[in-house]
Amino acid sequence: MKTLNEIPIGKTVRVKRLLGEGPLKRRIMDMGILKGVDVTVLKVAPAGDPIEISLRGYDLSIRKSEAATIEIEEE
Amino acid sequence: MSIKIALAGNPNSGKTTLFNDLTGSHQYVGNWPGVTVEKKEGFYEGNKEFVIQDLPGIYSLSPYSLEERISRQYLVKESPDGILNIVDGTNIERNLYLTTQLAELGVPMVVAVNMMDLVNKRGDKFDLDKLGRRLGCKVVGISAQKGTGCKECAETIFKYAKEERSGEAPHVFMGSVEHAIAHIEESIQGFVPPKAIRWYAIKIFERDKEIISQLNIDPEILEHIEEHIVDCEKELDDDAESIITSQRYEFIQKLIGECVNFNQRARQKESFSDRIDKIVTNRFLALPVFAIALMAMYWLAVSKNGPGTKMTDWANDEFLGDGWFLPFTQHAYETKEVGAETPWYEGKTYEEASSEYEPHSVNVEKWQAAYIEAYDAKHGEAAYEKDTEGKDGGEFAIPDEALAGTVSAEAWLEDEETGEIRKGNVSETDGLISAEEDEEAESDLKWTCDYPMYKRSAEVEEPDPANGFGVWIPGAAAVCGSFCEMVGLEEGTLAYSLIMDGIVGGVCTVLGFVPVIALVFLFLAFLEDCGYMARVAFIMDRLFRSFGLSGKSFIPMLVGKGCGVPAVMAARTIENVRDQRMTVILATFIPCGAKTVIIAMFSAVFFREYWWIAAAMDLTGIAIIVLGGIALKKTKLFGGEAAPFIMELPAYHLPTIKGILIHTWNRVRGYVIKAGVVIFPCCVVLTFMMTFNWTFGLVGDAIDQSILASVGRFFSWFTKPLGFGNWQGTAASISAEIAKEQATATLGMIASGDGSAAANILAMFKEFAGRDYKFAALSFMVFNLFIPPCVVAIVATFREMGSKAWGWFAICFQMFVGYLLALNAYQIGRCIAFGTFGTWTAVAIILDVIVFLAIVRPAPKVK
Repeated sequence: MKTLNEIPIGKTVRVKRLLGEGPLKRRIMDMGILKGVDVTVLKVAPAGDPIEISLRGYDLSIRKSEAATIEIEEE
Repeated sequence: MSIKIALAGNPNSGKTTLFNDLTGSHQYVGNWPGVTVEKKEGFYEGNKEFVIQDLPGIYSLSPYSLEERISRQYLVKESPDGILNIVDGTNIERNLYLTTQLAELGVPMVVAVNMMDLVNKRGDKFDLDKLGRRLGCKVVGISAQKGTGCKECAETIFKYAKEERSGEAPHVFMGSVEHAIAHIEESIQGFVPPKAIRWYAIKIFERDKEIISQLNIDPEILEHIEEHIVDCEKELDDDAESIITSQRYEFIQKLIGECVNFNQRARQKESFSDRIDKIVTNRFLALPVFAIALMAMYWLAVSKNGPGTKMTDWANDEFLGDGWFLPFTQHAYETKEVGAETPWYEGKTYEEASSEYEPHSVNVEKWQAAYIEAYDAKHGEAAYEKDTEGKDGGEFAIPDEALAGTVSAEAWLEDEETGEIRKGNVSETDGLISAEEDEEAESDLKWTCDYPMYKRSAEVEEPDPANGFGVWIPGAAAVCGSFCEMVGLEEGTLAYSLIMDGIVGGVCTVLGFVPVIALVFLFLAFLEDCGYMARVAFIMDRLFRSFGLSGKSFIPMLVGKGCGVPAVMAARTIENVRDQRMTVILATFIPCGAKTVIIAMFSAVFFREYWWIAAAMDLTGIAIIVLGGIALKKTKLFGGEAAPFIMELPAYHLPTIKGILIHTWNRVRGYVIKAGVVIFPCCVVLTFMMTFNWTFGLVGDAIDQSILASVGRFFSWFTKPLGFGNWQGTAASISAEIAKEQATATLGMIASGDGSAAANILAMFKEFAGRDYKFAALSFMVFNLFIPPCVVAIVATFREMGSKAWGWFAICFQMFVGYLLALNAYQIGRCIAFGTFGTWTAVAIILDVIVFLAIVRPAPKVK
């Protein structure tokens, strides 16, 4: 099982499942990170965390701990 | 009846720009009840019939974030007559997610697709009519920044609201979900407002606890509903909340496929924003870029030679003080009248003339004081006052000419900030002193003034800035002073003192902060509006999260180096309330500009050989922030998991000048109103305490008889363990609450003596603390630096903490930190140096251990 925090910069992956619960999961879903959506990892912050991702035509920053609740599949 | 429209939309969708465009200056900024989330209301083009309520920028109507809860409470409870939903056309997919939720409220709605200019430039094609038909509401294209289409969309929504024309909510969900929702609608009929029944039904389907607990539905009905939900979940193999969210996005995707034709070529091209971000959030360049941005802001607002400080000085000393020269009109003095006598300052500018005049005014002041002292010594106590009563007629009377010949006084020029005698060379020509300042020189600017020299100095005419040096505009204090004279109030009377020191002083204290607040907010509004602020959070998050703060906390702390008031206010850019409160509590520990005055004086007077003491104070401030953050984070109040940091990084764009100015103006106005109400009376009371004794007599220089002194005496038990348990130290600390630099000024006033202010203060500390005077001084300095900030900042703290209880928490925390540090400076300091050990040394050690444990203890588990 691979999660979003393990993906190298520049790679595009597809979301498979959301592992989180409660407010965190709802927030992730509200921002459009849902099963089947394509996500590209764009960048890592200077201190190595958070990361910047792009999906549905916009950019989003997310902590690695939060990205770890997003299971993905590589194409 | 006025029509109320709610303006709703995602953050960064241009909502604020549209709001400013529609309401202009007719807006009222406050807080939503009980929280520090800004609440803005405005009138459309100033017409009170058409109210626009700006909602916080939100992505969804979930029950989890504060902004979202506020918004949905407003939408459901206050039920506005219409909703104007602004969506970002360049980011339509995610923006429409909120739209699908708003459409279910059954309120007339207009969707304004913003940034149409950028959309057209990119070559994307929108079929707005079709989009409107599918969403069940009117859709219009606008560009808030350019102002196109704004009026039309506002007029449409007001028309719809008047006609109560609400469309049918779009059927977003798939068969079985719609079926379940229809069931829920049926069974909750009568429990909810009929208009919004679909919205409630969906919330119940999502098992939204907040909504369900508000509705009071029979448990039996709920149980029945639950069966439907569970069936649905089984069928779709997902939980209800996920089903709703996914299907909303699926609906939008389909909708966009039908109504929008994206120009794929433009989408793949690297955008302007991407190119900026390549530098700004680059792993290696991000921090240097951030440092440059910070330095720019620091220089602009609070650095010693920056425009902010210059403006503040100008506001305090000139505009609100004596007066100022109109720019470019200042020139050297020139006698215009033919045949008139030319004064000594002919050909000099006012600045030159007044600095040359300085030694003479010192001569007059010092010699007269020495004369009065000598006279009283010879003729008995207060003899001078008795003998000269009604005799002086404006001039200084010298009743005993023979005595005058024997009186000579020490005179010197001292530094305003440190109270030390300035360095330079003194020369005497024709019995007249001239002093030339030279910081490198060995010799002090100090001389002896005898009677002949006094007589000559007294005859030197004082240059008048209003006369012949340029266009002189009198300042507020000068105008009020002459007004008092005009109505017959004389200097030294009670009414005069109350008006000039209390009222004028209070107003000036409040207004003196305006330039720096305005500059800080101009800059912050720019950073925020252009999209950089989100990047700051992105860059700094990791570092600050490790001690419980937000990535954005850095900015308030940097501003705090200059002034605590805008620092506390700047914490508002932090979305998470816990992080914001913690930043407010901690930001004022960084020694501000006024506290730097205390540091400068104390290091010059007491710690000359310890050059590092000033830097140590800044480092102590930083240490308190880091350790305080760690300790607070482990308490119940601030504990728990870090708030999700799932944050949009919006595309960069150039903010509008109007938007920035309105933002700044709202901030400054909010400050002036709030600060005026509280600080103004505080200033009046404190000035009163300093200038009067209990029988309401003026105390003049004899401050030891003032009310403040007796209050100081009363509280001296509190500062006794700190090494300055006398009325002087306590009174100085109390007066420092008006403005921190007042601590040194008050000490200078209290410590009367023959030497310079610096020498007097040194003597005073030596007198009451003996061998331990250095530790008492360190303790006094630390105490004043790290206890709660000045009243102005305290007021700002209370405002930003959102409630009185939180405000008091902040003050108590700061008091504890300041007290403990001062206790350590004195008790532990002298214990190490001289081996003195007492009860309070033990107390200090015990408290230190407790604090240490509070910092290092493992974070408690939160359920």
